[in-house]
Amino acid sequence: MHMADALVSPAVGGTLWAASAAMIAYSSSRVRKNLDERKVPLMGALGAFVFAAQMINFTIPATGSSGHLGGGLLLAILLGPYAAFLTIASVLMVQALFFADGGLLALGCNIINLGAFPAFIAYPLIYKKLVGRKTCQSRMVMAGVIAALVGLQLGSLGVVLQTVVSGVSALPFNTFLLLMQPIHLVIGVVEGVVTVLVVSFIYRARPEVLDSAHQDKPLGELPMRPLLAILIISALLIGGGLSWFASESPDGLEWSIARITGSDELPETDHKGHKQLAAIQEKTALLPGYSLPAETRDAHDPTPTAAEERIGTSLAGIVGGTITLSFCLLIGIFLKRRAHSQRIQASR
Amino acid sequence: MSHHKVEVKDLRYVYPDGTVALHDVSFRIHHGESVAIVGANGAGKSTLLLHLNGYLSATSGKIVIGDIQLAKHNLTEIRRTVGMVFQDPDDQLFMPTVFDDIAFGPLNMGLAAAEVESRVTEALERVGAANLRNKPPYHLSGGEKKRVAIATVLSMLPEILVLDEPTNGLDPYARRQLIALLQAFHHTRIVTSHDLDMVLELCERTIILQEGRVMADGPTLDIFGNEELLKTCRLEKPLAMQGCPICSPGSRVMPEQKPLVPPHGDKNHDHEH
Amino acid sequence: MLAIDGSLLDFKQLDLLAMRQTAIHRLDPRAKVLTTLIFIICVVSFGRYEISAMLPFLIYPVVLMTVGDLPGGYLLRKILIVIPFALVIGIFNPVFDRQVIMQFGPFEIWGGWISCMSILMRAILTTSVALILVAVTGFPATCEALEKLGMPKVFAVQLLFLYRYIFVLTDESVRTSRARQLRTFGRRGLGIRQFGSMIGHLLLRTWNRAERIHMAMLSRGFSGEFHTTHRQSRFGREEIVFMGGWIAFFVLFRVYNAPQLLGRLFTGTMP
Repeated sequence: MHMADALVSPAVGGTLWAASAAMIAYSSSRVRKNLDERKVPLMGALGAFVFAAQMINFTIPATGSSGHLGGGLLLAILLGPYAAFLTIASVLMVQALFFADGGLLALGCNIINLGAFPAFIAYPLIYKKLVGRKTCQSRMVMAGVIAALVGLQLGSLGVVLQTVVSGVSALPFNTFLLLMQPIHLVIGVVEGVVTVLVVSFIYRARPEVLDSAHQDKPLGELPMRPLLAILIISALLIGGGLSWFASESPDGLEWSIARITGSDELPETDHKGHKQLAAIQEKTALLPGYSLPAETRDAHDPTPTAAEERIGTSLAGIVGGTITLSFCLLIGIFLKRRAHSQRIQASR
Repeated sequence: MSHHKVEVKDLRYVYPDGTVALHDVSFRIHHGESVAIVGANGAGKSTLLLHLNGYLSATSGKIVIGDIQLAKHNLTEIRRTVGMVFQDPDDQLFMPTVFDDIAFGPLNMGLAAAEVESRVTEALERVGAANLRNKPPYHLSGGEKKRVAIATVLSMLPEILVLDEPTNGLDPYARRQLIALLQAFHHTRIVTSHDLDMVLELCERTIILQEGRVMADGPTLDIFGNEELLKTCRLEKPLAMQGCPICSPGSRVMPEQKPLVPPHGDKNHDHEH
Repeated sequence: MLAIDGSLLDFKQLDLLAMRQTAIHRLDPRAKVLTTLIFIICVVSFGRYEISAMLPFLIYPVVLMTVGDLPGGYLLRKILIVIPFALVIGIFNPVFDRQVIMQFGPFEIWGGWISCMSILMRAILTTSVALILVAVTGFPATCEALEKLGMPKVFAVQLLFLYRYIFVLTDESVRTSRARQLRTFGRRGLGIRQFGSMIGHLLLRTWNRAERIHMAMLSRGFSGEFHTTHRQSRFGREEIVFMGGWIAFFVLFRVYNAPQLLGRLFTGTMP
């Protein structure tokens, strides 16, 4: 599943953006260094292939629902981790821009979830280790399924963590996890089977294609370190962001922890930062005084809690909102008219 | 001017799996000549072409372009001299716009920006596609793609043009346009094709390949006049040389002359009466 | 099948829109990319229950759409296709967040509904500006802008190649699945084995094509280094005005909830 901009907070989105940008930079330099120039058009064409392949749906046996190829693991098998990572990242970027699938800020999350996990963990640490040097059908099937499974489980765990830490969605961690992981278990098995089917098809038709990918430098050992470092650093950063959220804002983890533990009210927080934030929120919220629980409001809060006042401010929000909306519309109509009349003048 | 000659001597190419694709092929093409290489599917035409700019390297034998014998160290120079136009223009046009594509070769040659600019303009005008300059390749028609593909090669100012199936997949109008364009070139031209009518118009000389061997090499008209030879090489006289079946009914058995109903069918019909 | 053909057409149309010549199209791509990013960051940084404060941000997509001469209906349809993905998650909010936040007589409105609406609003704003960015800039120019802003060249080249061959390969994919459908005689669904070999064939063709492209590149002197001429673009006065103006606008409306203030003015509840 793609993370969407609408569900991501700037801290989470920004952190993962930075992490994925670092990974892209590192992978680019790796691809550049042991440049096999044949790979330049190959990566592009295979990226387009994933795009094209995703347009074709197949029926998942025994369920009646349909699925399509994810392609992360397949690309890693065909291209090796670094080139595959860049290829997946490029596919995700086109999806974000052309289909607004995911979104620009959430792009970092998606690149990590759908690119880094299959390319840097599922393929080198699982698939390659399990398949070993010899390519035999049954081992390939097993390795493919397990690798795809792990890759997708990690990816969906990423989605859950990023969503919960962002705190835009109210889904509690446990519930969301229980929702996502089993679905991705099924998707993982299917992805693994499809990947192996395609790989063994290629193996029969043109074995040298797979050999060339295998002859790439072994990627299981040394060069993985910087990447793991990036992963760990970004995890720490997220953790940092997480605690920042927990201490300064009711949004985010604290809030979802409160949900999980079943208490409807948030624990009191008396940080200075929180008060400032609350003050800003008072100024900016549609419904000031309601976006924060009563306990956290303090003395200088100008809004009384009387019932009429509530309706008054809510009304203010709605009236003001309507005026703003009509204003947007008017600007649009005005500009369109002007452009139209200019065009008429130009054509005269 | 021996400068732009192409000489292929005892060229032999064996695929990694042991299949012999070319059996000691030899020929010599002079400056300004326009030569067709024809043959059935799998005769070795494409393999031969891929040797001419060093993409494949011969198992044995040699290729001399101009005065240089093709070898690993002079590939750059050879590729500048021999301009290759591939069969599917989608393979050749890989850049975001027509301009970028035509500039690709000159930029790789290390030319200055101004020089690149003028080469692109010149090449586009040469193929009559100046209006397509800033378009992305996927918005072009088949004929436009083909002409732009030729321009991508012309911008490197090659002395020899090699074209693989240039008229493949074009509509009659675009095909006619392309033939006229190619006729106007003064380069040495080597063309492979199944479009023998185009060959008849474009090339004064034809080489027939069959199963990796040169079966014939001579003036196009002579070769296409030899029906026996064409038949053994799984080819057919170009339509332009066949005589029109409608205007000259004697020349061919026409379908209308056959009885429409099989004889025994008639008999059955009779029995019922 | 229609869906496949349709999404391909969609893709081509967005690309065609980018070839228009309006004041917005002519701006340096970097200005548009940066403005879009700042817009998105501002929007997603709003609090969970925020709706009205986001409304002024609609002005940006509306202005770009009209000045950039983009068909509103087309973009709206594209946005509507994507929004359900965010809503699938957002719809859980009313289930888990039942804190009463507003009361109109007997009607109680839970925080979950407000935050769900807020997610919808975010989705509309962020997806529309992403689509508009491509529609007024074009993909290659966007890549070029990102490259100038520090994206590695290898990745930029990858994006360009990918983009170029999407058009070729999706066409092939459409042809392949059309050919299959014409021989299935109404039996719906594609078995996983068939799918494997179908995709395998597509992959083989892709591989062969990549080799031919490589050949074509080599024969034009490619030696591993990618030279591109950048379109002439400069960061001039117009770009500074465009970026500066919009960023000031975003920051202003991020800090002050204008609709709220406006509403108070009209309803006389100004404190």
